[in-house]
Amino acid sequence: MGFSQADWSAIWLTLRLAGTVTLLLLFIGTPIAWWLAKTHSRWKGPVGAIVALPLVLPPTVLGFYLLLAMGPNGPVGQLTLALGLGTLPFTFWGLVLASLFYSLPFVVQPIQNAVEALGDRPLEVAATLRAGPWDRFFTVVLPLARPGFVTATILGFAHTVGEFGMILMIGGNIPEETRVVSVQIYDYVEMLDYAKAHRLAGAMLVFSFIVLLGLYLFQHRAHRPGLRYWV
Amino acid sequence: MPDTIRARFHIAFPSERGQSFCLDVDAMLPGSGIIAIFGHSGSGKTTLLRCIAGLQKIDRGRLIVNGETWQDEKNFLPTHKRQLGYVFQEASLFPHLCGRDNLEYALKRSGGHCQPKMVQRVIALMGIEPVLDRYPDQMSGGERQRVAIARALLIRPRLLLMDEPLASLDMARKQEILPYLERLRAEFAIPILYVSHSMYEVARLADYLLVLDKGRVAAQGAVSDVLSQLNLPLGFGEEAGVVLTGKVLERDSRWHLVRIGFSGGELWLPDNSDLGKEALRVRILARDVSLALEARDDTSVLNRLPVEVCEIGAGSNEATALVRLKCGDSYIIASLTRKSLARLRIEPGMKVWAQIKSAAIVQ
Repeated sequence: MGFSQADWSAIWLTLRLAGTVTLLLLFIGTPIAWWLAKTHSRWKGPVGAIVALPLVLPPTVLGFYLLLAMGPNGPVGQLTLALGLGTLPFTFWGLVLASLFYSLPFVVQPIQNAVEALGDRPLEVAATLRAGPWDRFFTVVLPLARPGFVTATILGFAHTVGEFGMILMIGGNIPEETRVVSVQIYDYVEMLDYAKAHRLAGAMLVFSFIVLLGLYLFQHRAHRPGLRYWV
Repeated sequence: MPDTIRARFHIAFPSERGQSFCLDVDAMLPGSGIIAIFGHSGSGKTTLLRCIAGLQKIDRGRLIVNGETWQDEKNFLPTHKRQLGYVFQEASLFPHLCGRDNLEYALKRSGGHCQPKMVQRVIALMGIEPVLDRYPDQMSGGERQRVAIARALLIRPRLLLMDEPLASLDMARKQEILPYLERLRAEFAIPILYVSHSMYEVARLADYLLVLDKGRVAAQGAVSDVLSQLNLPLGFGEEAGVVLTGKVLERDSRWHLVRIGFSGGELWLPDNSDLGKEALRVRILARDVSLALEARDDTSVLNRLPVEVCEIGAGSNEATALVRLKCGDSYIIASLTRKSLARLRIEPGMKVWAQIKSAAIVQ
């Protein structure tokens, strides 16, 4: 492909970031999605809106506030300093934390939709068959809402790969720490090195297309009648 | 008492449209046989069943099943810890599992009490061997419901709850499943709470009947006792009628009739070849019973019984009345026009003749 050492390190960093964030988001997002799908609380609206904010907010705005919060005078910064971890901005884990917020809706919403579509009945049926709460989650919810979880995983991963504005705000441009692919492309363009920019940008384009195509094919297959819940 | 189900629930549901629904039930039910919970839609029968299953949590409730407390002021046993089986109105098989795996789901959680012999027996009883390798979407509605009933049995329940298991099926499918339910009662000694709004199913299956109306118990007792009451608030309407338990005494092959004896009399009914010698049920609808003041032989009606008028109550409309008649130890009811009642001067205490135009052997 003709990628330079710097390109490969940017690609590896991007995959590591996206992988870490997606994994963490599945653990954090599933309970949030579950709560949003099942609750009748009056907090459902506000919480749902906060989760969805990154969908509409410019990444720079989110990045700006997170930068302030993680800085030495912000609440998160104070906490990390007190724990002896230093401050998070311009570090890999700072990017992870910021990306958790940024990609949250892409993980929560597909899971929430799948859990809502599942309804209460399959869970009630499982309960009458002596399945406890965790048993029900693993034997009924996961298999029946699997398309939602797969969509959440793919969208969460792909969206984190595609970050740019917020990374610049929080992470800056430090090789092997915060210089992800999108930032590397930006650098090439600034240096007017269009050939190298093309290579990376083209790879991103192909990657995104393949991910979305795979997602589309999977969804198409998952919606065959066999997986419908019988009502 | 060990062999009873004691259920007391009180709950007021605020409803969006301003009309609130209140379930207020305090019932002592027998701990065996089929107990039908009958009522019109909105009478609270499904809610009651869901409360008993613990699917609906009610703060003010008390439930003791065969000596085991499932709910009282302090304790609430979650559904998955109650030894019950539940058959939902619509087939509730897990769509991602084939028939066999749906049964397996119950077996794995039955606490290992289920012997392979028992599994074979349940599969044979429900006649589902041919469909076990199919997925629910490849089964007919009746097959899905039979697998669901088998699954509920394999969990080894101490109480089986059935929420209108036939309501989502057409008449042919209902006829397909009813015999399986009868076998179920005969072969398994577990109490079955059977929610229904079909008088036919109640007459055919139930031993005990709990009638709910607007969230309250309107009547309860042995099915033949409750069905012969006139003052049920529901007004069973066209379906008013009694169930008598009898026995085949004699078969008449010339006229294809059987003589059935019940406590209080005998009836000649058409002979369906598959009748056993043991107890069977005869359903007599009120609209098929007419009265005559004297024994008459110049009538086409074969079954004429001497009865005593006990009580006269309101019929399904202004023109008709229901009359409760005592026939030996049994009761039947007749639906008459108020005009005939006046013309014949029928009053409680009178001895008259009931002419039974038709009666159905329901089981």
